[in-house]
Amino acid sequence: MKIKRLLGATAVLVLSSSLALSSLARATTIGFSQVGSESGWRSSFSESVKQEAAARKIDLKFADAQQKQENQIRAVRGFIAQRVDAIIIAPVVETGWAPVLREAKRARIPVVIVDRNVQLNDDSLFLTRIASDFTEEGRKVARWLMQKTDGNCAIVELQGTVGATAAIDRAKGFNEVLAEYPAAKIIRSQTAEFTRSKGKEVMESFLKAEQGGRNICALWAHNDEMALGAIQAIKEAGLKPGQDILVVAVDGVPDYFKAMADGEANATVELDPHLGGPAFDVIAAYLNGDKDIAKYINNTGELFSQDTAAAEYQKRTNK
Amino acid sequence: MKQTQSCTDSLQQARLARYSPGSIKASARYLWPLAALMLLLAVNLVLDASFFQLSFQDGRLYGSLIDILNRSAPVALLAIGMSLVIATGGIDLSVGAVMAIAGAVCANLLLQTALPLALVIAAGLATGIAAGLINGTLVSYLKIQPIVATLLLMVAGRGVAQLINQGQIVTFQRPDFAWLGTGSWLGLPLPIWLVIGMFALSQLLLRRTALGLFIEAVGCNATASRYLGINDKAIKLFVYAFAGFCAALAGMISAADIQGSDANNAGLWLELDAILAVVIGGAALSGGRFSLLLSVIGVLIIQSLSTTIIVSGLPAKFNLLIKALVVLLVLLLQSDKFRRQLSSWLPKLRKWRKGGQI
Repeated sequence: MKIKRLLGATAVLVLSSSLALSSLARATTIGFSQVGSESGWRSSFSESVKQEAAARKIDLKFADAQQKQENQIRAVRGFIAQRVDAIIIAPVVETGWAPVLREAKRARIPVVIVDRNVQLNDDSLFLTRIASDFTEEGRKVARWLMQKTDGNCAIVELQGTVGATAAIDRAKGFNEVLAEYPAAKIIRSQTAEFTRSKGKEVMESFLKAEQGGRNICALWAHNDEMALGAIQAIKEAGLKPGQDILVVAVDGVPDYFKAMADGEANATVELDPHLGGPAFDVIAAYLNGDKDIAKYINNTGELFSQDTAAAEYQKRTNK
Repeated sequence: MKQTQSCTDSLQQARLARYSPGSIKASARYLWPLAALMLLLAVNLVLDASFFQLSFQDGRLYGSLIDILNRSAPVALLAIGMSLVIATGGIDLSVGAVMAIAGAVCANLLLQTALPLALVIAAGLATGIAAGLINGTLVSYLKIQPIVATLLLMVAGRGVAQLINQGQIVTFQRPDFAWLGTGSWLGLPLPIWLVIGMFALSQLLLRRTALGLFIEAVGCNATASRYLGINDKAIKLFVYAFAGFCAALAGMISAADIQGSDANNAGLWLELDAILAVVIGGAALSGGRFSLLLSVIGVLIIQSLSTTIIVSGLPAKFNLLIKALVVLLVLLLQSDKFRRQLSSWLPKLRKWRKGGQI
């Protein structure tokens, strides 16, 4: 017990002295609690935050929660104890954040939520939330497709996992735009669970059911992976993806950029992993006295088409 | 003891059935699963008139029926292995994860080394056998309950696959390996040939030697078969290794099909489909009698059902519910008790209707 307390005391001493030093140097210290590293997208998200911090000479304290909220809460409490200047959280789940955020507020440390949402009754517990708007992603894709086909298109849809927010909202945004074009409609729709193999399997059946695909004008997939599987199915059916059947999706993974560069896919909206920059911007503004910050900052990515695909693919694979 | 008695009875029946092909018992076992399959295909014909259409395109047959056969290949391979495991009274929950591992091993070997194709395939299969041997050792020599022993690898295996892939989806551009999943030979997609080959090979191995009987004997009563001089531990070790081998082959087909290894999703929940297929095929989870052909028919039922759901145009949220209802119906049709109940209701129903008319 005693040893533990002693160790704790030393730790606090070391921390406070290092803190004193850092505050003397006036470098901003920011704690970042990340979900984990479960996907390629997540890894590039973490990498981008670290790079951005290094470029801005921010002292970034990075904590990987390994998909567990309890680890995140512990990390945030650690940040508060270290008296960091600001905290960024990419939450694992939406609920259960109020107590620890209240502690941060009491310590007057601003908290920025990135990527996934949090459910709170009290908006004052965090500074702002920076995330992509799934509905807007769906709208962007639909607008591009309607422009390309003059609003006359028979679409097959590969949905994401049933019940996933990304799937529900992307479909909502897409259908909103589609409603303005009476000649365009979704003729078949089925879930392919966000995976490549299911995308291929479901597309195969769609092609058979629609006279070998001759009735289909475009494929709309809720993520790139499903579209990549479907592209193979279209090729195996003897059609040209990207020409005979237009292919549009969301995410912007490198493989999809390659498919676009090869002319086999048409467009995607990037789910931007570079959330570090906007988060640091907003924190800098707040620390410099700007108290008028919106509670939600929309960071929906750009739409990419075949024109820039080759260059973008180069950029993404060289990194 | 009673269970053992009934198990020996059913073995006796099975043997009788096998050696007297024309007997009623033999055909009755095949009747209901086949009827269910035909019914599902008929439903498809109603939904889409072009369902049975086959055309010849790019040197291979092309059509929904071929799709069903092709898509059921991975689960069919799993079910062949699973039949043997279940026949010994065991169960293998890890086959889906083993698929992911084998796919990951092959994908990374293809990308990072210049190994010839045969060696890559051999490495993939060896991975599966190794995984199966781990399961088999845990079950037969360390006496850990099969469901727990294989649950370990089911959980850890996917982690191993993710580790091999470093959390990414590893894609490769190798037409020779992709041929395993997308190629065709003599007009049929290669996965179908692999299933036919594996089925024929297993059937020869099991029914032209005493191995099949040994497996059923161990499943009925391991102690009794040991007294008869059957090495029950070695038999169990063999069936798990065999299931691992089948799973690895299935994993390579899936990876070759999408030309990439997706550790998170490859083979996910397919172990449950394989178990379901074996059960639809009429095997008892307590072990004993098995039939590879019936298990494969079970797989075809499941896959036809999936295709039907996709073609039906119903909202995606009904998928799982419909699947469960149809499987329930198939299982009920196979239950003697349920059929007897049904046939005892029928005359009453007729009587009641007649009474109503008068």
